[in-house]
Amino acid sequence: MIAFTVNGVRSEVGVHEDTPLLWVLREHLKLTGTKFGCGIASCGACTVHVDGVAIRSCITPIDSIGTSEITTIEAIGATAAGAKIQKAWLDREVVQCGYCQSGQIMSASALLASNPHPTDSDIDGAMAGNICRCGTYVRIREAIKQAAQSN
Amino acid sequence: MISDHINSRAACPDPSPSANGLSRRTFLKAGAAAGGGLMLSLGLPMANGEAQVTAGDGFAPNAFIRIGNDGQIVLTMPYVEMGQGTYTSIPMLIAEELEVDLSRVRLEHAPPNEKFYGNPLLAGVQATGNSNAIRAAWQPLRQAGAVARTMLVSAAAKRWNVDPTSCRAQSGEVRHVPTGRSITYGELAADAARMPVPESVALKRPEDFKLIGTPAKRLDTPAKVNGTAVYGIDVRPPGVKIATLAQSPVFGGRVKRVHDTAAKAVKGVRQIVLLDDAVAVVADHMGAAKKGLAALVIEWDDGPHAKLNTNEVVAELEQATLNSGAVAQNIGDVDAAMARAITKIEATYQVPFLAHATMEPMNCTVHVREDGCEVWVGSQVVARAQAAAAKTAGLPLDKVVVHNHLIGGGFGRRLEVDGVIRAVQIAQHVDGPVKVVWTREEDIQHDMYRPYWFDRLSAGLDDKGMPVAWNHRFAGSSVMARWAPPFFKNGLDPDTTEGAIDLVYALPNLHVEYLRVEPPGIPTAFWRSVGPSHNVFVTESFIDELAAAAKQDPVKYRRALLDENPRAKAVLDLAAEKAGWGQPLPKGVGRGVSVQFVFATYMAQIAEVEVSKDGAVRVRRVVCAVDCGTAVNPDTIRAQIQGAIMFGITASLYGEITLKDGRVEQSNFDTYQILRMNEAPAVEVHIVGSTEPPGGMGEAGTSAIVPAVTNAIFAATGIRLRKLPIDTEQLKSA
Repeated sequence: MIAFTVNGVRSEVGVHEDTPLLWVLREHLKLTGTKFGCGIASCGACTVHVDGVAIRSCITPIDSIGTSEITTIEAIGATAAGAKIQKAWLDREVVQCGYCQSGQIMSASALLASNPHPTDSDIDGAMAGNICRCGTYVRIREAIKQAAQSN
Repeated sequence: MISDHINSRAACPDPSPSANGLSRRTFLKAGAAAGGGLMLSLGLPMANGEAQVTAGDGFAPNAFIRIGNDGQIVLTMPYVEMGQGTYTSIPMLIAEELEVDLSRVRLEHAPPNEKFYGNPLLAGVQATGNSNAIRAAWQPLRQAGAVARTMLVSAAAKRWNVDPTSCRAQSGEVRHVPTGRSITYGELAADAARMPVPESVALKRPEDFKLIGTPAKRLDTPAKVNGTAVYGIDVRPPGVKIATLAQSPVFGGRVKRVHDTAAKAVKGVRQIVLLDDAVAVVADHMGAAKKGLAALVIEWDDGPHAKLNTNEVVAELEQATLNSGAVAQNIGDVDAAMARAITKIEATYQVPFLAHATMEPMNCTVHVREDGCEVWVGSQVVARAQAAAAKTAGLPLDKVVVHNHLIGGGFGRRLEVDGVIRAVQIAQHVDGPVKVVWTREEDIQHDMYRPYWFDRLSAGLDDKGMPVAWNHRFAGSSVMARWAPPFFKNGLDPDTTEGAIDLVYALPNLHVEYLRVEPPGIPTAFWRSVGPSHNVFVTESFIDELAAAAKQDPVKYRRALLDENPRAKAVLDLAAEKAGWGQPLPKGVGRGVSVQFVFATYMAQIAEVEVSKDGAVRVRRVVCAVDCGTAVNPDTIRAQIQGAIMFGITASLYGEITLKDGRVEQSNFDTYQILRMNEAPAVEVHIVGSTEPPGGMGEAGTSAIVPAVTNAIFAATGIRLRKLPIDTEQLKSA
């Protein structure tokens, strides 16, 4: 059994130690807000936080988590940055199909938590790893700026 | 919350009292429209002239609306949400006529039933596509709302014994104006159900609209920002196993032999399913299934397309355009005009195969039992999904239940049911429900692709440089001929030619021909803006070539050809003004323009593009002016255009599927690149006010941006790119 903490809750699962965190979250813990997009850390749909840092859960083996705290989209609203980002996403009507947006919000929340007033270039740097096929980039940028203004 | 608003109802083929607790009556009638297409009209009242009483449970005046005795309004939603905002804009039509707040309308997915919910603009197929939901719904759903409102008012007037014209519907109540009395819709529902269905109803005048034309908040957004929205890939019926698969890497190939010892040894792998042309690994979770798949050794018989390369397909298309094809449009006498022309210009263009690459990879969950089959999927064609599952499982239609879900990107991919068929084939070998999830590599390498098209054009200019002859012939796949055969007539279909015919410009002599050439071993399908994604690139690039040959400004040149088309001229003028057309730009930066009328929407775009010395292209800014008739939800229109532009820039700069030895060469986002945040331009959208019927919005922005980008590259560099995606090698400074 491998033990780890997700959204403040301690869990144990019986999987092979190299199983990617993504599948443990989605299929064992039923936290399906975190999405599968590519499996090679190329699209960002699977982004979660490990100790507040945005990582791609599709290439993160479960046994690498150790005592770190995992946060997913289901709990990001409980953080100050996450709540601001979610509100801005709603205010700006960012979402279209929505499939990538959990990952977008996780990347944006990590950015805002570490950099309260990001520049355009900071936003590009933090968000370039998250693909949105619907092309909501214009609004993602606006929403991050709105959330930053409330800082 | 979407979960509060949208109930996914188990789908039965013919809603009946036993199936869902209420009866529905035929109220839609398809008929031939003046323009040759199909239209809906408010149909036949019931034989007894009364609306259906719904088992003491409210009022269901037609197939779309149900009003409970508690006042709850339920819209049975025939169109699916895949990001385009239809879950908000269609309810707006009902709410407007019913005089209720949008928040009062709850949605249910329509069950598969083409009799009630077929799309009149797509040959009656129950489909969401072709940017036509709002066009298809505009009359019938407003009428549905108005009929319900009229019957509620009649019921109140009868109860009060007053003249109905002295009563008014507002905010979910009927009010008797002289006395100020009011009754809620819920209290009136049972009485309203017994009122005669009006033969005709008056729709609200545009100046009285309260919702239509206002930027409504989307109903599906909250669940999509907190992780609770449920897509097909998220379903989890009890006991579900997860499968992933490898399909023959060459289309038409078969499995020869499988060595599965190592795969079966992977912890969590339960079963290997062998099909004729695919192998699936069934496991407790996707991690194990993927690991098992990687451990499989599969020998394939590659079949007849083992040596197929894209360049052979292109050569065949090029060759085809040397022969004449079906005449899509002819105006005047092109040959005679060409003979008199002062200047003649010729060019060939080509566009590649493209994958959809929806962010939600293909997936479908199926439980096959002895006596029935249950399917969980996100589909643009729910009735076809049901029929495909029934046929594959060998079951009658009424034994197949389909649960439709939010779609994590459609773009035409989920107008196909290959993923449903595949999942049923696998589920037939599995005890209990199985969720089949394609890897991204499978998703890209076994897509059904936007066709490759090859185009040959020529034009003749008069002594002032204006076009007197326009000749266009192109060859490629007809998706319509396969998907909806009745649309393919005399060698033509309306999708493949859209954007190549009925050009916005006054061209006195025009001749357009199409040759249907199906690529061997490469499945083709609709892809956001399909025909126009190709034709608008070609025609708007070529008109730019004519302007350049005439040494005229591209906007002025187009404008001179738009005197008979005021709506097209207006969007061009607006885009040019807002973009600062003609104002100086730094070296290496150019502006390009495009104008189009496709999906019943007028649009002009101006792209500002920077080309570096190393050939790298960056789209810096895009200005779009749009006249889509009545703008039902203006914020969604802006969002759709912003997104469609990114989709089109991806196609301009990167999009390309190629085959070598029958195998698709691209496999994931590292080799099939999608535009990212750091490459995304600023986008401005300007909507022209209009009370004309609404036009389509989901796709128009994609077709318009592509030539705007290549025309801007020409403005920046003098280099004309006639093949997509753009070749940056050609743009390197010498």
